[in-house]
Amino acid sequence: MINVFRKGWRPAAVLLLLFILWEMAVNLAEVPAWLLPPPTDIIQEAVMGWEGFRPHLQSTVLLSLCGFAIGTAIGLLTAVILHLLPFIRESIYPLLILSQNVPIIVLAPLLVVWFGFGILPKLIVITLVCFFPITVAALDGFRQTPGELRHYMLMAGAGRGQLFWKLELPYSLPSLFSGLKISATYSVMGAVISEWLGAKAGIGVFMTLASSSFRTDRVFVAIFAIMLLSLLFFGGILLAERLLIKWKSRESGRK
Amino acid sequence: MIQLSVNSLTKSFDSNRVLSNLSFQVNEGEFVSILGPSGSGKSTIFNLIGGMLLPDEGSITLGNVEISGKRGSISYMPQTPSLMPWRTTLQNVLLGQEIMGKADPETARKMLQKAGLGDYENAFPHELSGGMKQRAAFIRALLSPQPIILLDEPFSALDELTRLDMQKWLLDIWNEHKPTILFVTHNIEEAIYLSDRILILGSKPAKVVQEFKVPFGRPRMEGIFLDKNFLECKRSIHHALKNH
Ligand SMILES: Nc1ncnc2c1ncn2[C@@H]1O[C@H](COP(=O)(O)OP(=O)(O)OP(=O)(O)O)[C@@H](O)[C@H]1O
Ligand SMILES: [Mg+2]
Repeated sequence: MINVFRKGWRPAAVLLLLFILWEMAVNLAEVPAWLLPPPTDIIQEAVMGWEGFRPHLQSTVLLSLCGFAIGTAIGLLTAVILHLLPFIRESIYPLLILSQNVPIIVLAPLLVVWFGFGILPKLIVITLVCFFPITVAALDGFRQTPGELRHYMLMAGAGRGQLFWKLELPYSLPSLFSGLKISATYSVMGAVISEWLGAKAGIGVFMTLASSSFRTDRVFVAIFAIMLLSLLFFGGILLAERLLIKWKSRESGRK
Repeated sequence: MIQLSVNSLTKSFDSNRVLSNLSFQVNEGEFVSILGPSGSGKSTIFNLIGGMLLPDEGSITLGNVEISGKRGSISYMPQTPSLMPWRTTLQNVLLGQEIMGKADPETARKMLQKAGLGDYENAFPHELSGGMKQRAAFIRALLSPQPIILLDEPFSALDELTRLDMQKWLLDIWNEHKPTILFVTHNIEEAIYLSDRILILGSKPAKVVQEFKVPFGRPRMEGIFLDKNFLECKRSIHHALKNH
């Protein structure tokens, strides 16, 4: 905790300075609030409008958590299948990379055409943005196991399953967590984009409504909420990593 | 009783013939060293016995069972400790047993205690010194249920003092448990100090050019390094290596 404080004060100070500059610039130049509201207005709106904003926030949190969970599961499963079946890896992996070049913004409306306005197309969008970093990270982790450890395991008589569970999976954990961190932040993004397609509630909906009625202060509340949420998700993954990879954190702690 | 028997083994990598008609035997409870220059094919012999490679010709039997190409028939300690960084010392030494079936933490704990690793039971490999890692790697091999242990230059990465320590420790353990050991080294003194028998390997392609019976009884004291006989042994082995 003290560590967070010690490392965190510098960016926090810069942020504060930025806000002060922003406030002063907006006031001096007399920028109208619908163009760019000062930070104090945004904070005020966040506090005053909290009751109205909360259901949207809850909906987005739930959606991104569900999407992230599904994306992680599918990402891991894909990685394991591609790793254990080299034949499938060679034929599918290039296509997988290609699939990431289809812009989500283009794909999303199509998904609505195919699956309607329910939760399904939204989960598909989040899963699509989440699973890829996890698959790539896990695959890299599996494949980078040191030759000497693999050689020992094989000499000692390990079968394919033992090789995976006792060597490749634990070895890939740090790499896997890098993927999870990226996906966790992407999942909030994916949720907001999917809400733009049409939803009853969510930060995405809140944002569309706010910008179409020129409530720029509300747009900024939404932006900051998205940033905070991503940060929170990131922190959660970091915490899980600390708990799960004790050997690594102790190692770096000693250096 | 013959434990491991290697019969007319031949192995080439493409056009590079590494082993040619190699034969030797290791008896039960015997400590045999393979001594040969770097690149002569010592690790290749281990890979063949361990089932990682298939011989082009010849056979390998362990207690009358053909084991060429069968992984897991032998217990193995590589040149690098190869401990899993996410496992504690105790979990690491149990790995060999786990792979073959059942782990027995009680015996493992006792052995760690005796090896001076009792306080490091729950430490991770990066918290151990080089010598301690090698000890853990050896205990892992010793605890594995297979009837013979192959050690591939286990001490070559250690400094001189630690190496002497480890050799003494290995002899103590060997005296207590009398496991069958096949030991690869390119250190002549180490081979004489530790083994009952030394197989001197000539290179390109490798075969046993001379077999050397070590004339010292057991248990062995460190003092034999200064023995006149010791120097004599060293000289004749040196000679055998030079002439091939
Ligand atoms: N998988 C392989 N493919 C091709 N050549 C190989 C392979 N493994 C070993 N060799 C060759 O076989 C020869 C013997 O190698 P090996 O590793 O068995 O030697 P070594 O006696 O263990 O050497 P060192 O003492 O340095 O460990 C070398 O010339 C090497 O290039
Ligand atoms: Mg070698």
